[in-house]
Amino acid sequence: MGHPWMPNSAEETRRKMLEKIGVKKIDELFNDIPPSIRMNPKEWDKLPIGEGKILSEIEVRRRAESLLSKNKVFKNPPPFLGCGAWPHYVPAPVRYIVSRGEFLTAYTPYQAEINQGLMQALFEYQSMMAELLDMDIVNSSMYDWGSAAAEALLMALRVKRGRKKIVLCGTLNPFHEKVIRTYLAPHDALIVKTGIDREQGICKAEELEKLVDKDTAAIYIENPNFFGLIEENIQEISDITHRAGALYVIGVEPLSLGLIKPPGQLGADIAVGEGQPLGLGLNYGGPYLGIFAIRYDMKLLRQMPGRLIGLTTTIDGKDRAFAMILQTREQHIRREKATSNICTNEALSAIAAAVYLALLGKKGITKLAELIYYNSHYAAKKLSEINGVNTRVFTADFFKEFPLRLEASGKKYSELHEYLLNNGVHGGYYVGNIYPWLGETAIFSFTELHTKNNIDRLAVLIKNFLEG
Amino acid sequence: MFRQARWDEPLIFELSRPGRRGFIVPEIDPVIKEAVGDIKIPAKLRREKPPELPEVSEVEVIRHYTRLTQMSYGVDNGPVPLGSCTMKYNPRVAFEIAFDPRVTMLHPLQDERTVQGLLEILYHLQEWLKHITGMDYCCLHPAAGAHGELAGMLLTRKYHELRGQLDKKREIIVPDSAHGTNPASASMAGFKVVEVPSDENGNIDLDALRAVAGESTAGLMITNPSTLGLFEENIEEITRIIHSVDGLLYYDGANLNGIMGYARPGDMGFDIAHINIHKTFSSPHGGGGPGAGPICIKDRIVDPDKNIWLHDLLPGYRVVYDEEKGMYRLEGPSKHSVGLLKTFFGNVIPLVWGYVYILSLGARGLRLATEQAVLNTNYFIELIKDVRGYSIPYGPGRHRKHEVVISAEKMKDETDVTAEDIAKGLLDAGLHAPTIYFPLIVKEALMTEFTESETIENIEEYAERLKEISQIAYTNPSKAKEWPLNTSVKRIDNVRANHPKTLAPTWRIYLRKMGKADSNV
Repeated sequence: MGHPWMPNSAEETRRKMLEKIGVKKIDELFNDIPPSIRMNPKEWDKLPIGEGKILSEIEVRRRAESLLSKNKVFKNPPPFLGCGAWPHYVPAPVRYIVSRGEFLTAYTPYQAEINQGLMQALFEYQSMMAELLDMDIVNSSMYDWGSAAAEALLMALRVKRGRKKIVLCGTLNPFHEKVIRTYLAPHDALIVKTGIDREQGICKAEELEKLVDKDTAAIYIENPNFFGLIEENIQEISDITHRAGALYVIGVEPLSLGLIKPPGQLGADIAVGEGQPLGLGLNYGGPYLGIFAIRYDMKLLRQMPGRLIGLTTTIDGKDRAFAMILQTREQHIRREKATSNICTNEALSAIAAAVYLALLGKKGITKLAELIYYNSHYAAKKLSEINGVNTRVFTADFFKEFPLRLEASGKKYSELHEYLLNNGVHGGYYVGNIYPWLGETAIFSFTELHTKNNIDRLAVLIKNFLEG
Repeated sequence: MFRQARWDEPLIFELSRPGRRGFIVPEIDPVIKEAVGDIKIPAKLRREKPPELPEVSEVEVIRHYTRLTQMSYGVDNGPVPLGSCTMKYNPRVAFEIAFDPRVTMLHPLQDERTVQGLLEILYHLQEWLKHITGMDYCCLHPAAGAHGELAGMLLTRKYHELRGQLDKKREIIVPDSAHGTNPASASMAGFKVVEVPSDENGNIDLDALRAVAGESTAGLMITNPSTLGLFEENIEEITRIIHSVDGLLYYDGANLNGIMGYARPGDMGFDIAHINIHKTFSSPHGGGGPGAGPICIKDRIVDPDKNIWLHDLLPGYRVVYDEEKGMYRLEGPSKHSVGLLKTFFGNVIPLVWGYVYILSLGARGLRLATEQAVLNTNYFIELIKDVRGYSIPYGPGRHRKHEVVISAEKMKDETDVTAEDIAKGLLDAGLHAPTIYFPLIVKEALMTEFTESETIENIEEYAERLKEISQIAYTNPSKAKEWPLNTSVKRIDNVRANHPKTLAPTWRIYLRKMGKADSNV
């Protein structure tokens, strides 16, 4: 009998095909593999791959179930974790649309005429994201925020050829910083990083000004920053950047833009960010959605990485149509001179984000940002009422997340983490090892999924822990 | 007869009407509102005007995107024999498992004790990939094939750097038939790219390789089978040449579907390999992504004095099993690692999908997949090889593996019907076109890969349509220039799409260029 995924594996079909090819046995088709490196099929079949045999779907489900049941999903409350990925609600229509086979199982739309729908959806993603960021041009996705930021800085080094310095605001996400350092390592760039203003928790503008010079290709800042704080000097830093003739790269969490001024109004030449909050799961780290945008400038556009869909017409001029544009930037045309090696991207995540943004619309995005703002501020207030807990480690205003420090002597965050876990709650992300001067501190995140009851219960648990 | 849906579907912006909404955001709890008071974001940092997103109802959103799916085409619709893309069927059982909430709701920074089931899945996947490739270590961190290539090139760079050879080791050798990502990845890792030609049998020209391999060679990147679908017969000699100049061999796993069960990169002498989960191991391409591009290595000593091994250089994280605690945990990036390539662990949904595919098939089933894929390729060759206007250049008479590259050069010379016209003629029959104009060494190339998923009937229909196209080309070539007629739109104006004056990468730019920037949309 044939395998369900291989229609021609039925013996009758196989024989017919072999006969037409003119070989007796299938392994004759592999005769050009030198014997010294050719695998003996019998030995191959014995390798410990899978369960050593072809399984039925029922058996596969049984095995998967036994493994998945070992995972602990935090639903009520969702984990109080952020730091680059956050638990958010995924509206039902988002999952439905991206599950449809025509999108899910399509390739990159190299044959435009038969994939207009896919291209229109991607064009709509680019266009809606442009409105959210108030930037002109958005590509159809990078892998995630970290890699998008790294590619933005590589792009800046190309645009500002001859300049070698990249200045990072010290308040950036440390995971993103690691990705940036990996990507830039081969490129003879000098990466310098500002300190963190220990009172406000934001980038030190005066220190940054001293670091920026005529050799600076770009300045990179995240807003809100790693601690969830809003960078109050972001406009001043824009001026410093542009006075030096460098490019300003701003990284954003997109839902914050319902409330916070978008990068396009803060002088960004390039904007990057994490699209995961826009209708994607947490997925234990991926797939996510790397946002990548620029202002309309041919010099920037020619150096932009990634795929772009453009609006055009049919040759007869009668119909609106969509096409992949400026492909001469890309690896399949330009090879070693391409603006990036990226090929497979996160197109399906971009479509999810398009459906998400269409559902929320102009008003919904602001309302959702407000809801998140209020929930996180309520949490900061409520938790700060506990003796020995400091939720205002920094003075700058915040969105969605903030550092929580245990001030009580002798209390370790790891102990609180255990205590919460034993009560079915996953606390924040401990950062005392990354920033020793912060002490017993973890970053807690609160979204629209955390109810007042969730927050009140968290407060009770922390209080009990500290008093117990 | 194929007729694709053709909706005159407006852009989502054009569907917008004031006051409509597709999603109700819950009201802020009054107690919370009271406790927090006003929003304190400084005015200069507060968004003044809401973004110009459309206002549409949920009904319209579902209809709009459903109509767009009807004007799209994937493996679920019919054959997509794009060469080197391995567009196989994406099993639905894997969808259900990969999108289970016990995967999608796990935060990447969650305590490892709470994700033991997932780590066990990923651990097994790592182990299976080792056996499939014949390598010593696998790392699931890279998000795509090209991302795996970048990882491999950074590893190569670090290897030479730690050996104090980086000043000399500046070049990566790439065959002229290579995927565009290979030279692009080498270049992103700071290497100079040196191209070597193929000989008439489709193998790398060994004399040319010997001529360029030397002190400055950092490594070589190749696919095997090549993009011509041919097994590189001299692979052992190639690895010998590169190793003799202290270069590393990189295996581009895009074409692994042509040899599983019959040969392994580890046995061929490769040091580093990436695997495309979204090709060989059946996770869907999603209209361009996501994918997953694990890399595997053959371990070797890098610095004997400091006891640094190649596996110490791997990027991101690896899942390890702690025997003592009976627990799985993440390890890395270690001190000598090339670092993080993405923010978190890896592209887990495609990885779980790949796990389910391998679990379902086992070694025997994977070998069967390769056999069926190769059978399909060679059966198709028999149907097409004598059709007027087409030829199969390089390695005449040799059996192909996962794919075959047909040249329509003769047809173009004799009738002016091009590979692109042929592609559009296939679309009109409801068949997705092959990869065209690639590899670059074949003129008017039609690079065709049916995978193990295609039925014999569809392969025969495909060949029939190619015959029919040939007849039309030689009798009524102007007709071919009108194709496609049955897709949702006719041929597209790429000049207009790319011209600086009409270039419209977003709706706001389009409106600005049309002088409608202030119109109420």
